[in-house]
Amino acid sequence: MRLTGAQMVLACLEAEGVDVIFGFPGGAVLTLYDEIFKKGIRHILTRHEQGAAHAADGYARASGKPGVVIATSGPGATNLVTGIATAYMDSIPLVAITGQVATSFIGTDAFQEADITGITMPITKHNYLIKDINELPYVLKEAFYVASTGRKGPVLIDLPKDLQAQEGDFAYPAQVEMSTYRPTYEGHTGQIARAANAIKKAQRPLLYAGGGVISSGAHEELLELSRKVSIPVTTTLTGMGGVPCDYDYFLGMPGMHGTYAANNAINESDLLIAVGARFDDRVTGKLETFAPQAQIIHIDIDPAEIGKNVVTHIPIVGDVKLVLKELLKRLQPADGDIHNTREWCQKVLEWKASNPLRYRQEPGSCLKPQYVIEELYRLTGGEAIVTTDVGQHQMWAAQYYRVKRPRALISSGGLGTMGFGFPAAIGAQMAFPEKQVVCIAGDGSFQMNSQELATAVCYNIPVKVAIINNQYLGMVRQWQKFFYGGRYAHSSLAGSPDFVSLAEAYGASGFRVTRPEEVAAAIEAALNTPGPVVIDFQVDPEENVLPMVAPNTSIVEMIGGEE
Amino acid sequence: MLAILVEDRPGVLTRVSGLFSRRGYNIQNIAVGRTMEPGISRMTVTVEADPLTVEQIVKQLNKLVNVLKVSDMTDEPSVGRELMLVKVKAEPGRRSEIQQMAATFRAKIIDLSPDSMIIEVTGDEQKLHAFLMMMQEFGIKEIASTGKISLLRGSKITRDMKA
Repeated sequence: MRLTGAQMVLACLEAEGVDVIFGFPGGAVLTLYDEIFKKGIRHILTRHEQGAAHAADGYARASGKPGVVIATSGPGATNLVTGIATAYMDSIPLVAITGQVATSFIGTDAFQEADITGITMPITKHNYLIKDINELPYVLKEAFYVASTGRKGPVLIDLPKDLQAQEGDFAYPAQVEMSTYRPTYEGHTGQIARAANAIKKAQRPLLYAGGGVISSGAHEELLELSRKVSIPVTTTLTGMGGVPCDYDYFLGMPGMHGTYAANNAINESDLLIAVGARFDDRVTGKLETFAPQAQIIHIDIDPAEIGKNVVTHIPIVGDVKLVLKELLKRLQPADGDIHNTREWCQKVLEWKASNPLRYRQEPGSCLKPQYVIEELYRLTGGEAIVTTDVGQHQMWAAQYYRVKRPRALISSGGLGTMGFGFPAAIGAQMAFPEKQVVCIAGDGSFQMNSQELATAVCYNIPVKVAIINNQYLGMVRQWQKFFYGGRYAHSSLAGSPDFVSLAEAYGASGFRVTRPEEVAAAIEAALNTPGPVVIDFQVDPEENVLPMVAPNTSIVEMIGGEE
Repeated sequence: MLAILVEDRPGVLTRVSGLFSRRGYNIQNIAVGRTMEPGISRMTVTVEADPLTVEQIVKQLNKLVNVLKVSDMTDEPSVGRELMLVKVKAEPGRRSEIQQMAATFRAKIIDLSPDSMIIEVTGDEQKLHAFLMMMQEFGIKEIASTGKISLLRGSKITRDMKA
């Protein structure tokens, strides 16, 4: 079959089952957009390429399928950079297709030329600059394959303008042939047996689960393992939903804003089972004091994660779902009782019960952000897909929106990208049009991509945005208060727009809440209002996220951890 | 010392060297050349790092999609050579002296002009250093050198080393 480059791209998207793409046209992708127009594939035009990248990311995180984003050359492509880096840090499958100046112009500093493969080399799993139309069918196939297998991640294809119009032979390859890329899925049986023995011998085992559990769909196996041999579980920000937050043995998040129970359990554990987690500094605190008594089992699909930050006693490279399945076969319910893990569990559950996350909402006084999130949780029945931006509200969302299932809390963990939440919510809503999608945003973060209100209104994407408006870059302010003598250097956001009017200017609905007794009614009204809604929750400007572990200290040195 | 087999594609050297710089590893020496297999190049990279860091470098390199095989040759018996071209001042009266020294180092004179010579010398780092020290008294005008390349001793090949 003879097809143009642009037609090949569309044929590939069809073959890969892509039902929606996010993007923004421009000079170097006109031919591609002409084909999008003719084919009628669902395309969401954002108001900024960064919004398109985050939307594709949100779609991928909600659905598990690769997100697709298209941008033009030069500034269009560079505007994707933050979105691509966000996806890279959290191992999210994304295929970015950028236009490039015509092959004869490459390297001449042509209009809207940027070396986007060079720029994105360190933030993509792999990328391609197509220089020959005959390479295109295979590269498209390989790009989707690389993005969505092994440790997932973003892949970029840079497609020069002339090749979009040039004809070539097209047959979409049935499979890839890569001698240089072969992810390991099956765990080493000997290592799995060692892990099972270590679990049988452990007196104080703890499961520490991360985003890999979500990525591989291992949540059922994780819960089964925890139940079968009585092991408490802590999940990282990206691992939230790995077990339901209302599960008895769930201890909450570990690390800098982790719970008393989770951090103490890590500290006293004699066997830490890391499942699809990467010992990030926000989790470990000072590495030398992290899990000082524990042997470490580390299960991860990426061999480079093993031994990167901590010494691992039993490394298992493989897909965590497959590895957990094998591990489960080697364990019996009675194995949990051999060494009185019951006693350990009791101790951990006591920590959990006696030192819960807490805040005080006085009736009739200043509105507390935690209360807003608890009410959101209550009134959505805990069933919403929640996206967040980055900062204090993000931590409160992770602490108080107690998600019950995987892919329900969508947040930029590794890169910590402000402005992620709202466009990601648009993407998540596109993946699940029938589900309730709520973006918990900060007043600072929301303003980084508030232009996407136009997108939400144009396509009638009914995302509800809860702005936790404390008139500060709250997390910056908190650090300035704790570690910089209370000098609030440029962290005040006084003078931000009236978010209700802003929403209305775009044609969305807006509500404002200033007192605790208005919260429930406003949330209910917002949930019952069709289309996109912004709720401006004006909260206590000086509220801090607690507990808090100061950077590079032990995670048991918690500010505000104990009652 | 690492031997890295890579697909011979545009940008591969950038991918490899970029990985070293962004993760804070220091390349002391790098050489790139072809192999017996068409489309596959061999990079020989010398890095100064502790064993744990080297292990991490190897794992990160293996993640690059164009990288076929990474072998850590540090603890393996191997032979390594570097090639150096040395342009040295050579007035007619001192030529035979230089020639003698070159012969001692099994170096070859490959160019001669009225007042200079180019000498080709191969060897390990120590030998090349010693040779340069000897040439200094004549006046070195310029040098060019390849990176170090190496192979395992015996019949074993790097491709068969365990990952």
